[in-house]
Amino acid sequence: MSTTDLDRPAPDAQPARPRDRAQYVLALVLAALGVYTVVDARGLNVGFGDPIGPRVFPYVIGTAMVLLAVLLAIATSRGDLPQAEEGEDVDLTTPADWVTVAKLVAICVLNLLLVNVLGWAITGAFLFVGAAWALGSRTLLRDVLVGIVLSVGSWYFFYSGLGVQLTPGILDGIL
Amino acid sequence: METLDLLLGGFAQAFTWQNLAFAAIGVLLGTFVGVLPGIGPAMALALLLPVTYGLDVTQALIMFAGIYYGGMYGGSTTSILLNTPGESASVMTAIEGNKMAKRGRAAQALATAAIGSFIAGTIGTLLVAFFMPTLAEQAVKIGAPTYFAIMLLSMVLVTSVLGASKLRGFIGLFIGLTIGLVGLDQSTGQARLTGGTLELADGIDIVVVAVGVFAIGEALWTAAHLRRRPLDVIPVGRPFLGREDWQRSWAPWLRGTALGFPFGALPAGGAETPTFLSYIAERRLAARKGRDDEFGHGAIEGVAGPEAANNASAAGMFVPLLALGLPVTATASILLAAMQKYGIVAGPTLMTDQADLIWTLLASLLIGNTLLLVINLPLAPIWAKLLRVPRPQLYAGILFFASLGAYSVNRDPFDLALLLVFGALGFAVRRFGIPVLPLILGVILGPLMELKLREALDVSGGDLSGLVNERLAIVVYVLVALAVVGPIVLGRLRPRSAVDEVRDNQEVER
Repeated sequence: MSTTDLDRPAPDAQPARPRDRAQYVLALVLAALGVYTVVDARGLNVGFGDPIGPRVFPYVIGTAMVLLAVLLAIATSRGDLPQAEEGEDVDLTTPADWVTVAKLVAICVLNLLLVNVLGWAITGAFLFVGAAWALGSRTLLRDVLVGIVLSVGSWYFFYSGLGVQLTPGILDGIL
Repeated sequence: METLDLLLGGFAQAFTWQNLAFAAIGVLLGTFVGVLPGIGPAMALALLLPVTYGLDVTQALIMFAGIYYGGMYGGSTTSILLNTPGESASVMTAIEGNKMAKRGRAAQALATAAIGSFIAGTIGTLLVAFFMPTLAEQAVKIGAPTYFAIMLLSMVLVTSVLGASKLRGFIGLFIGLTIGLVGLDQSTGQARLTGGTLELADGIDIVVVAVGVFAIGEALWTAAHLRRRPLDVIPVGRPFLGREDWQRSWAPWLRGTALGFPFGALPAGGAETPTFLSYIAERRLAARKGRDDEFGHGAIEGVAGPEAANNASAAGMFVPLLALGLPVTATASILLAAMQKYGIVAGPTLMTDQADLIWTLLASLLIGNTLLLVINLPLAPIWAKLLRVPRPQLYAGILFFASLGAYSVNRDPFDLALLLVFGALGFAVRRFGIPVLPLILGVILGPLMELKLREALDVSGGDLSGLVNERLAIVVYVLVALAVVGPIVLGRLRPRSAVDEVRDNQEVER
């Protein structure tokens, strides 16, 4: 269920903003995706005695995607607004906080770059602490303790419980 | 009576102390994760998949059954105490349930939800058990053309019947279909949309897609719009029902079950529609008795009916899943992916190949359902406390476990990168109001659909008549046509329905 709050317009919205320009960007991305799907499929060989072949499905899907993108652009120009999803912790009355999102993404990227070097037991804890900090937690010491318990605990759970060795990284031999 | 013997055989398999322990752990874990705000049963299953890696098939299935029902119950707890449905099927529960809680009747709301879930789940699972053999016999006769038609029907129903905007529904579906294309083509082995990477040659694991779109997407979306105010969680004692509550609940439970099961069993995409219909029905029946003044202020019937419908449809979902190998909800698709990890091929031959396993699964579902009631009624106050987890740590924990799940499968950072990409997609679909269910269905059903289409047309030598040479296929195509044309015609005929009324009331309340 998502309904936009009509009686409390977002502070960044000008009165009677007729269209959501970001939807044009979405339409462009979708169209590009559709075109790429079709172009990618053109390079496939159709075998002998294969009436459908590997191309038909991507052709249909790619073409439909382009068509949907066009329809979305038209709908947007007519003032069709999306209903962004609401949630218990989501406050749509304020503009999006891109700084927090960027922090979270950066922490996820750091984790995937470092996980095979430092090992899950370290980066897992870092992921938890970093994400909590990015989202505004100020209880750093407690977060670090919880993060270490989670990451080392999950490492041992996988190692002894399931026989899966998550990357030990630099702690190889210590764990 | 043969069915009964088989089911008892399943019980014999499932009923060991060890298995009961696994079921109990599953229920606890499922409820624990399901209670966390913003996590529905599909995400609970996806996040908890790694936990079952070391188990044998029977134990894993029993644990899944527990997690599944636990996750659903956890979702209804959150809806009632926080007014925050974790998934669309709990939306109706939240309307009256949260009002009841605000009037100090949280315990009764939780109790009617739990007992209604138990009754509906039990009846639904028994129905699955009794239809299963007949269905399996019929399903073997279904050929590729009919399969293709049924999948088309499922997609059309999910995309056009649910959700406010058909255009966005189709956009979701086709994004999913595009994701489903990635990997080696099934019959010629040529790479499609892999961009030349080897990691993508096997295609994209549905679990990575689901966890990315649901969990990471939710975390990023919340990060962008975090509500900086304390939540008001309603404290709750031990759930119980008074005499009058019982009298008012039992009929809605049964009616909700009757509505929910067929919707789950037909490939019509989940519990949203039957919960909605159940709510409307209870409201009208109350109006007829002149007792509808409570609706909108916490009527117990409005919790009992939809919650039963939700669980009955969750049980009904096993019919297409087990008989045809067709997952019709996000949750079903995760279950299917989990089964495939154990080499179980869902489909018409499942009943003959793996009969023992299926009866064990059905027995496990009944056990899991019963344990749910036994474990969760006394634990309700503890679950309510869980709702107070500070938000930064909550979402950090979700990110942690989502990453752990994605990383542990192949121990490859590439999967973490993929997870983040789907997290970005999850953020985008939330921002643009694109429904998630069609997207997930597209990922799952796309490859299957292509396979069946090619099978059907290979047999006919490429002649399109190969798609309609089964009588059942033609019937299904007629249904597809009705599903497309029906809403348009009805929309013209009906000036205003009760459905619109409920929708409007909700909008006013928000």
